[in-house]
Amino acid sequence: MRPTLNKEFASSVAERAVKTGASAAEVIIRQWTEFSVGVRLGEIETLQESTDQGLGLRVLIDGRQASVSGSDFSPDAVRSLIDDAVELARLTSPDDTAGLPDPQELATTFPDLDLWDEAIINLSPEDQIEMALRTERAAQEYSNLVSNFDGGGLDSSHGSLILANSLGFAGEFRTTSCSVASVPVAAEDGKMQRDYWYDVRRKLSQMDSPEEIGATAARRTIRKLGSRSVPTQAVPVVLEPNIARDLLGDIFNAASGESIFRKASFLVGQLGERIASERLTVVDDGLIPRGLGSRPFDGEGLPTRRTVVIRNGVLENYLMNSYTARKLGLKSTGNAGRGLSGPPGVEAGNLYIEAGPHTPEEIIRSVSKGLLITELLGFGVNIVTGDYSRSAGGIWIENGELTFPVQGVTIAGNLKEMLNSIEMIGNDLDFRGSVISPTLLIGRMTIGA
Amino acid sequence: MATDAIKFFFDRHNLTNGDIDKLLAAALARGGDYADLYFEYRVANTVNIEEQIVKQAARSIAQGVGVRVVIGDKTGYAYTDEISFDAIRHAAEMASHIARSGGSRELSGVDATPNTLNLYPVASPVSSVELSRKIELIKQGDKAAREFDPRIREVQSSVNDELKYVMIASSDGRLVGDVQPLARFGISCIADDDGNLQVGRAGGGGRIGIDFFEGDMAPEQFGREAARQAIIQLEAVATPAGTMEVVLGPGWPGILLHEAVGHGLESDFNRRKTSAFCGLIGQPVASELCTIVDDGTIPDRRGSLNIDDEGAPTTRTVLIENGVLRAYMSDYLNAGLMKSPRTGNGRRQSYKHMPLPRMTNTFMLAGQDSKEDIIRSVKRGLYAVQFGGGQVDITSGEFAFSASEAYLIEDGKVTVPVKGATLRGNGPEALKHVTAVGNDLELDPGVGVCGKAGQNVPVGVGIPTIKISEMTVGGTQS
Repeated sequence: MRPTLNKEFASSVAERAVKTGASAAEVIIRQWTEFSVGVRLGEIETLQESTDQGLGLRVLIDGRQASVSGSDFSPDAVRSLIDDAVELARLTSPDDTAGLPDPQELATTFPDLDLWDEAIINLSPEDQIEMALRTERAAQEYSNLVSNFDGGGLDSSHGSLILANSLGFAGEFRTTSCSVASVPVAAEDGKMQRDYWYDVRRKLSQMDSPEEIGATAARRTIRKLGSRSVPTQAVPVVLEPNIARDLLGDIFNAASGESIFRKASFLVGQLGERIASERLTVVDDGLIPRGLGSRPFDGEGLPTRRTVVIRNGVLENYLMNSYTARKLGLKSTGNAGRGLSGPPGVEAGNLYIEAGPHTPEEIIRSVSKGLLITELLGFGVNIVTGDYSRSAGGIWIENGELTFPVQGVTIAGNLKEMLNSIEMIGNDLDFRGSVISPTLLIGRMTIGA
Repeated sequence: MATDAIKFFFDRHNLTNGDIDKLLAAALARGGDYADLYFEYRVANTVNIEEQIVKQAARSIAQGVGVRVVIGDKTGYAYTDEISFDAIRHAAEMASHIARSGGSRELSGVDATPNTLNLYPVASPVSSVELSRKIELIKQGDKAAREFDPRIREVQSSVNDELKYVMIASSDGRLVGDVQPLARFGISCIADDDGNLQVGRAGGGGRIGIDFFEGDMAPEQFGREAARQAIIQLEAVATPAGTMEVVLGPGWPGILLHEAVGHGLESDFNRRKTSAFCGLIGQPVASELCTIVDDGTIPDRRGSLNIDDEGAPTTRTVLIENGVLRAYMSDYLNAGLMKSPRTGNGRRQSYKHMPLPRMTNTFMLAGQDSKEDIIRSVKRGLYAVQFGGGQVDITSGEFAFSASEAYLIEDGKVTVPVKGATLRGNGPEALKHVTAVGNDLELDPGVGVCGKAGQNVPVGVGIPTIKISEMTVGGTQS
C-alpha cells in the first residue's frame, strides 16, 4: 500500500531521518502525469501516457551530506531509503558550509502564482491529437515546399511538488503545462532543410494557435532552402530571440553561484563592475504570474523573488542557493534548484533580458553587412575564459535587407566582448519558455568559412 | 546473466511466464502487430570530492515497466513505476489505445532464452563495492591533479556507477534479460596562472568492475591528464578561422564519426526520409580510406550490450566500407518497415522511454599511415586531440564538434596550442576529404553520453589519427 503523498507524509519522512541519526533532513516529492502525442504526415505516430512519483531525501550529519531517491513508497522501501541515506552520510566528510537554510530565511507565505489551468487538465486525448494534427496541417498548407516532417506533436502535463525539512518547513505547489511543436522538412534542388517552431505555456489560453505555430515552423524551414556559405570575415551579428536566449543561458551559467565559488567563470570578482553594454539589463524573477519558471518557494524552501543580475551593464547579483551564498559570504537569492537526487543546485526562475526600444526590423535595417543568426550547433562555449565558438546558420544582411540564407559557417568571439558590444536590443520579448531574450545586435564577431 | 535477470524480476514480483503472456495479450487486446514489456531495476550511485572534501554521496533506485504496442508505423507507450501484475496491466491497456480496431490474437507464449553474448562478466561491479573504496579512488585522482602543478586549483573528482537489471518480453515469444554494470571516473580542474583560468577534464570507465581502476586506468592517470590539459591551455593562442587541413588524434576525436555520419545513419531518420544520407546505400559518402563500423559486441565497453533494449543481440554493423555506404543502424520498428536487417541498435534511456535506433560503439578501422607521417604532410593546419561535445542537424547534414585541446601545425611540425574551437562540416561530404588514415586506432576512454529525442544513453567512439584536407575551424583569427 502506498501512503497518501502530502506535506504531512513528507515531514514525517524528514522526522524519521532525524530519529535515525541525521542532524537535519529534507524531503522532496514529485508527482507527475503526462500525455504526449507525436504526429507525422496526418497520422498519429506515437501516443504516450504516464504517471510518475518520486521521493528524494537529503540528510546531513554534522556537515556530512548524502542523498537518496526512489519511486517505491512502500513502508519497507522508504525505511530502507532513510537507512541508506544515513549510512552514506556517515562516510562523507564534514563540510562546514553544507546544511539546510537558516530557519528565518524559509518561506512562510506562499503566493498564488496562477500556475494551474483546468483547461489543460480537461483536454481530452482527442482534443490534443487534433491540436497536434492542426499544427502539422498548417505547416503543410503554408507551402508545397514542405514535403515531410521530422516530428511534431503535443505534450501536456500536470503535477505537484512537495518540499519539507526537519526545520518545520513544508510547502506544496502544483503546475500544469502544455507544449506544441512542429518540425517540417522542405526540399529544393535535392537539398533538404528542417527547422521547427513551438509554443509552451502554463495556460492553454496563452498559447499561439496551432495554425500560427505550424505556419511559423514552415516559414522558418523554407527560408533555409538554397543556403550557402560566405567568406571568412568579422561582421555584426543579429541574434533572433530563440538564439539570444542561448546567450542568456551562458550568462546564467557564468553568474551562477556554482561557477563563481569554484572560480570557474569569467564573471568571478566582477560584482559591481561594468561587464556589459549599458543597454543590457538581465533580471531573474521567480514570481511572474503564469511563468514557466515561477514557483512560490525554491528547492530549499526559500521564497522566490525578483533579482536584477545585470543592471545597465553592471553586474549587480549572482544567482545563488544557500550553499553557494555561504561560500561567497552572501545571502541566497532564492535560486536553489532541486532534482529528486543529489544536493540542491542553482536554478533560474524566469530569466530574461529586458526589452529595448527597437523593432527587430529596425535592428536588421541598421546593419550594412552582417548575419542574422537563426540557428547554432555545437557546445563551444567556455564559461571560464568566455571563449565562444559555434557553428551557425542564418540569413545574410546586406544594406539593411535580408538577402540569402547562410549555412556552413562558424561564429567566434569571447563572451566578455560580446556582452560589451551589444549595440541594440529589440522590443520583442515573449515569454515562450523560462529563459528568454528579445532580438540582440552584437557589434562584431568572426565568421569562419 | 539472462536467467539471473529473469529470475530477479520473477522472484521479486511473483511473476510467471503465464502472467507475462496475459500482459502481452492485454497490450494487444485492441489489435496491433507487436507488443513488448521492458522491466528495469536500476541502482545508481555517485560520490564526489571537491575542495578536498567528500561533499556528497548519493544513491538512486529506479524501477518500472514500459509497455509498447506497435501497429504499422505507430507506437503506443505507457509505463508504471510499480512492478505488479495489476499496474502493468493498466499500463498495457493505456498503451493499447494506439490500436483502434481488430480483436485480440493468439500468442505463442514467451520462452526464456539465454544470451549468446557475455560481454561484461564482472566479478566486482563498482556498484557493489563499499563506498570507502570509491572515496579512495576520488582522493587519489584529486591528489594527483593537485601535485601535477602548483597552478592547479578547484579539482572536482567523482565516481558514478550503476547496476541495471533488465528483462524484455515480446509478443513474438522472446523472453530475455541482462544484468548491466556501468561505471565512470571523472575529474576536472582549473589551472590559475595569475588570473588566466583554464579548464582540464579527463575520465574513463565502461561496463567494468573495480579492478579497471587499478593499473593503466588508475585515477592518478586521469588526474594528471586533466591537470596537463589545463596547464597546456594557459599558453593557448587565438585559433585561426576558416577552412584548413585538420588532423585528428586517435580515440575520443572519433566523436567526429558519431556526429558526421552516425546519427544520419540511424534508421528512423532514413525510414522517414529526413536524413541527408537517405537513399545513399551503395553510394560513396567518404573517401576510400574510410571503413566505419558500429559494434555493440566489444567486451567491457561503455557502448556495448549483450542485448539491446528490445531484447535483440547487439551486432557489428559495417556502416561505411571503403567509403561506400552499406547499412543503417536499426531497431525492431524501422527494420520491419524498411525490410532491412535488425542490427540490435534499439536502445532507450529507461523504462520511461520508447526505444529508438541508437549507436553503440562507433569507430573507424585503422589504416596504413603513421601519425608522424600524417603530421609531417601538413603545411599549415590544426592538430586536434581532445574534444568536448558535438551536435548534428541530420536533415541538412550540418554538424559541429568542439576541440578542447588543439595545436597549430606549421611546416609539418606541431607548434603552439590554440584556444578551444568548434570544427564544422557537412555529413555526406566531410569524410570525402579524408586523405590519410593512421595505423593507431584507439577507442575512447569510456565516458561518452549520446542525447537524442530527450533520451541519454552511454556510447563509445574511436578513430585512428586521420587527416581531413578541408574542414571549417571556428576561430577568431581571420
